[in-house]
Amino acid sequence: MLLTIDNLSKTFPGTVALDSVRFDLKAGEVHALLGENGAGKSTLIKCLTGVHARDSGDVRLHGEPVSPGSTLEAQELGIGTVYQEVNLLPNLTVAENLTFGRQPTRFGMVSVRRMREDAKEMLAGFGLDHVNVSRELGAYSVAVQQLIAIARAVALSGKVLILDEPTASLDARETEMLFEVVRRLRERGLGIVFISHFLDQVFDLSDRLTVLRNGKHIVTAETAGMDRLGLIHHMLGHELDKAEDRRTTRSIRNERLHFKGLGRRGKIEPFDLTVREGEVIGLAGLLGSGRTETADILFGRTPADRGEATDPDGTIDLSNPRAAIASGFGYAPEDRKTDGIIADLSIRENIALALQARRGWAKPIPRGEQRALADDYIRRLDIRTSDAEKAVGDLSGGNQQKVVLARWLAMNPRFLILDEPTRGIDVGAHAEILKLISGLTDRGMSILMISSEFDELIAASDRVIVLRDRRHVSELVGDEIETSRIIAAIAAHDAEGAAL
Amino acid sequence: MNSRVLPLYATIAIFLVAYLICYLQFPAMLSTRVIGNLLTDNAYLGLVGVGMTVVILSGGIDLSVGSVIAFAGVFIAVMLRDTGLHPLAVFALLLAVTSAFGAAMGGLIHGLAMPPFIVTLAGMFLARGASYMLTIESVPIDHAFYDVLRSYYRMPGGGRLTLIGVTMLLAVVVGIILAHRTRFGTAVFAIGGGAQTARLMGVAVGRTTVLIYAFSGFMAGLSGIVFSIYTGSGYPLATVGTELTAIATVVIGGTILTGGSGYVFGTLVGVLTMGLIQTYIVFDGSLSSWWTKIVIGVLLLLFILLQKGLLILGQRQRSKMT
Repeated sequence: MLLTIDNLSKTFPGTVALDSVRFDLKAGEVHALLGENGAGKSTLIKCLTGVHARDSGDVRLHGEPVSPGSTLEAQELGIGTVYQEVNLLPNLTVAENLTFGRQPTRFGMVSVRRMREDAKEMLAGFGLDHVNVSRELGAYSVAVQQLIAIARAVALSGKVLILDEPTASLDARETEMLFEVVRRLRERGLGIVFISHFLDQVFDLSDRLTVLRNGKHIVTAETAGMDRLGLIHHMLGHELDKAEDRRTTRSIRNERLHFKGLGRRGKIEPFDLTVREGEVIGLAGLLGSGRTETADILFGRTPADRGEATDPDGTIDLSNPRAAIASGFGYAPEDRKTDGIIADLSIRENIALALQARRGWAKPIPRGEQRALADDYIRRLDIRTSDAEKAVGDLSGGNQQKVVLARWLAMNPRFLILDEPTRGIDVGAHAEILKLISGLTDRGMSILMISSEFDELIAASDRVIVLRDRRHVSELVGDEIETSRIIAAIAAHDAEGAAL
Repeated sequence: MNSRVLPLYATIAIFLVAYLICYLQFPAMLSTRVIGNLLTDNAYLGLVGVGMTVVILSGGIDLSVGSVIAFAGVFIAVMLRDTGLHPLAVFALLLAVTSAFGAAMGGLIHGLAMPPFIVTLAGMFLARGASYMLTIESVPIDHAFYDVLRSYYRMPGGGRLTLIGVTMLLAVVVGIILAHRTRFGTAVFAIGGGAQTARLMGVAVGRTTVLIYAFSGFMAGLSGIVFSIYTGSGYPLATVGTELTAIATVVIGGTILTGGSGYVFGTLVGVLTMGLIQTYIVFDGSLSSWWTKIVIGVLLLLFILLQKGLLILGQRQRSKMT
């Protein structure tokens, strides 16, 4: 064994991030590490590379116990990491990036000629012969930068290579290029830890895989002997034969919005979507499958580079959030704290924000009106607060979410996008939010809801769209909406075979 | 071609064209006399400019240098008046003080994770206040050694190549080697490119930051010495706003204000461009000296637009290349 981890535990205030986790890695294998958000993958990697200190447990490299105190120490021990975000400097040349910290010097001055030679040597075997090492790194595509980062990690460390979501921003061809290199490194005897949300890639590349869930080790197995369905069950920990609440499907109403071929290179494959009046559409999929990307495109946060959006009156401009809001769209993003609320402003100010933006800043909403608006929503959404002037940051998560909802409801949008509306909210508030969503559709509002919790999607949605690998792969309607079918769609091999 | 060199080429081109225009109007401007004076008159600015370039390359800013120059002048003048120390000993002492002052600011910036703007702003007031503490008047420097320091080499054509002008040119050479040909320099560029990433790549960010501001402090001290030779006195109200002029020359020299990209040589060209405008105004005789500021303002704007344009161009290029 090249690397063995035993009984590794790590606690952060309030949460157990890793609970007696084990993991091992042979020389010359690719070992995939899998798990949903909060499973503990990143924490495990960070404990391994010296970013976090572990609370307890045993890490051995070649049988020798190691405990690196920093990324640098880990590097020197032979453990190199390449992150999704390329951790190199775009403003330095390729050669400087590769040789950084070990530039050959003569009389205290860096020898540029020898540095270039060293760099070329390090890049040999990575299929990067066209790269000019004297150019700055930033001139090259993310894929090439990624490969250069790997070349550096291999040259510096050379035993264990950790690839943390290396393909997240690469297209298919670039991914294949990267995999070629990884396979070659495997043959050279490196142990490679591969983290990815793309199951196809995991099956394509890895020899073994380990699944973590809620900070616990769930399974380690040969990839070849694992089927997709089983793997997803391990990752999600769902029980299949649980009775499920279903929203009663109502009469189909008028079609309201048509999105045709919307997509953006590197974010989400083009998709078609029709939204009807008073309908809740659920988006299901694993982390990184393109759920949030879909929402961002629909709201113009990352504008689509192809496709069009229309309603019965004509084309809708979705080039930026402001235009989307003007077309009657609303969006409560996943990360409430950074994207949703302004913590230091009061409930009243937060609720009035979007409405004020639409009216234009030259026409302030009178304070009394704002007050009445806020009081109205505090009552209707049952926001628990002493009064409307309290800073939103002081409210509980569920109440913050209600304030975000209230802001959009005050705009009376026709199409509201909710990304993980119940994340981090206690059970009671959870049910309230779902009830609220249901109540909104009765009044004709159309809602697109993203959620990792299938129960919630199933309970609230009229339709569920399943995403996999940044593609809309399946649509479930009515009685088809059940956990087993969603999981089957996520697990299906090719896009066509998704609808079971 | 490397798109980052473009601002440097643009600076050089602007300087040459400007010089050509000046020459066509006043043929006398192409003489060793004018060139010699250009170097002498702007020596102090070139010296702080080199220090400022390194600071800005690292993504920082040093607002204290103008006050440090004034402090240096007053310090030298008062020490020479009140003690029997030889000027060289006073210089050594001064450079130690200003380097330590810079190092302390660098230490605060890194240790407390404070923005350089605020820390060096405090430094600016401190240094200015310290000069007032030493004296509130202009103190003349009257030392025999200073006459030696004012020696010069008479170039063919009658121009004076002064010691302080040569000092500035040497400092530029040292700055070029330091920034572009040493590991320290690469670390400076690395921090300017992204401190977090630089740390992950193994840059000793703390030590480098301290050294960067110590270097800037040293250059400001040196600039103060040169300024005292140039003016022959120490005055606590001298060089107010010089830090901003220095920043302007760095940006005109093609260094990006957000750090990570630029050339020390460009700063020299920036300084000379500024000097050239002033010389032109002197030659013309009817123009107000405020025109210098207006031209500098226009040039700055031009370079900011140029850099922004290059940035956008670079992004387009990258999306095409694989």
